[in-house]
Amino acid sequence: MTAETIIQSLASGLLMGLLYGLIAVGLALIFGLMDVVNFAHGEFLMIAMYATFFLFAFFAIDPLLAAPLVAAALFVFGALIYLLIVRFAMRAKANAGMVQIFATFGLAIVMRGLAQLFFTPDYRSVTHSWLGGKTVSVAGIFLPEPQLVGALVSIAAFAGLYFFINRTDFGRALEATREDPGAVALVGIDKNRVFALGWGLGAALVGLSGAIMAVFFYIYPDVGASFALIAYVTVALGGFGSVFGAFAGGIVVGLVEATTALVLPPSLKSVGIYAVYLLVVFIRPRGLFGSM
Amino acid sequence: MDKNFSARRRRDLIIAAVLAVIAALVPLFVKDVYVQNIMILTLMYAALSQSWNILSGYCGQISLGHALYFGLGAYTTSLLFMKFGVLPWFGMIAGGLISALIAMALGYPCFRLGGHYFAIATIVIAEIALLLIQNWDWAGAALGIDIPVRGDSWLKFQFTRSKLPYFYFALVLACVAWFVTWWLEDSKWGFWWRAVKDNPQAAESLGVDVFNSKMGAAAVSAFLVAVGGSFYAQFVSYIDPESVMGFQFSLLMALPAVLGGIGTLWGPALGAVILIPLTELTRSYIGGSGRGVDLIVYGSLIILISLALPRGLVSLFSSRKGAAR
Repeated sequence: MTAETIIQSLASGLLMGLLYGLIAVGLALIFGLMDVVNFAHGEFLMIAMYATFFLFAFFAIDPLLAAPLVAAALFVFGALIYLLIVRFAMRAKANAGMVQIFATFGLAIVMRGLAQLFFTPDYRSVTHSWLGGKTVSVAGIFLPEPQLVGALVSIAAFAGLYFFINRTDFGRALEATREDPGAVALVGIDKNRVFALGWGLGAALVGLSGAIMAVFFYIYPDVGASFALIAYVTVALGGFGSVFGAFAGGIVVGLVEATTALVLPPSLKSVGIYAVYLLVVFIRPRGLFGSM
Repeated sequence: MDKNFSARRRRDLIIAAVLAVIAALVPLFVKDVYVQNIMILTLMYAALSQSWNILSGYCGQISLGHALYFGLGAYTTSLLFMKFGVLPWFGMIAGGLISALIAMALGYPCFRLGGHYFAIATIVIAEIALLLIQNWDWAGAALGIDIPVRGDSWLKFQFTRSKLPYFYFALVLACVAWFVTWWLEDSKWGFWWRAVKDNPQAAESLGVDVFNSKMGAAAVSAFLVAVGGSFYAQFVSYIDPESVMGFQFSLLMALPAVLGGIGTLWGPALGAVILIPLTELTRSYIGGSGRGVDLIVYGSLIILISLALPRGLVSLFSSRKGAAR
């Protein structure tokens, strides 16, 4: 193993990690806002990938152009899911945690069923996209273009989200609702509207990730499951509810995965991520950036 | 406790005994193998969910990784039988003990984690075990194990001519899991668990040994689930890592309890009796068209029941106040 191979894999790990961060950040946002884990997060990613694929297959829209459209569509979808399902799950007085888990898990099963019914279980892929299959060489290191663009989009999205949460009125309303959902009603903020927009925003971010991933990943009804587990680990590693934690967690996960792949067979590459996750939470039970 | 409580417990026991006798007589009238198969699975899921409910329902530690213990039971029994000729009965005990020990070893770090962190740690640990076994050639790797047929006897726990022995074993297993829950419910442990679930800090301050009571719940729960895994391996005579240790299986095991009523004595059994036949029937009657429609029906039901009846189906039957014990 030469120094070059190590740097090469760390570089790809970093790019992949930024993308993992982007997948996870929507989950972290929703959790931070209302203490709900969306167990259909992977399926949100899956429909974003299908949407990207069909825009490409039917209208020849390149995934790069499709990304904002898909994000907008997912925004509407996320807000609707909140209004139609999650809102009611949050009203449960008994077993609130389980009700949320199983309501969103049921949603995941329905979405997977719908995908199988309408799109068949076949594997699909986006061929001939602007980015697909090309690489850039930086100082002797080869970086695949789709992942590179994905990483840049991820950084831009994080910066945008940070600005949005900290600098806009709606961001302040989001923060206030998070801190005291009861009190905001007194100043005329509609809690349900804020939560619906929060779900929309979370879904839009995963929509963005899906559009980028469609370029270099096969698309099939169960594709979300494996990425969802990585997203949960990323969020928990960074600390539930911390958007910054999801970003940092993503980078850690990407680097650990790349390092594991250097020493263990590819089929075991996720073991490293899981082991690091366990190590972190056993030492810091609230994750890296979670508040105690 | 008051007289009502002990009267209710006695009544629960009588109802369970009557139901068990009725269930035992059913195969005398129902000879259809397909139906018998569904009944066996229903009893198995009732037992698994009842066991899961001990840790997650009564003690409040939501585990989404119980497939780990199911897989350990299935693999221990199968490997001991196939590689060393150890009878499944001993494999079953060995698998149960190994699972209980592992559950306690994992409990040591995990029980410090709260809420979602605990749940995700359980998923991650089961997933690590799954990846390791998928890469372990001696244990059949990703392809799994074909359990060799060595006869047709209770001694070898293999039955080729009829499914009835499996049915009766599954019935006994479901009864044992129910009885253990019934028995623990009114023991020191049962009271501790409910205290830990409701408010760990308050429980601790009142002298409840929170950590050890979680450990106890984990050990009992894991042991029973592993016995279920041993049974399943013999019943289907073929196991592979994904189907016995995958995340989906952890959820499938929890679902009957959630739908029936989490942390209740009758919830898991009631949930299994409704959910498992429904799953199997939707799968075989409308599952043909690309497996999509059955998932949609099944998933929609999970959403509807969890939203409409957060206390589970048992809440439909218990009109008396304070029944959600």
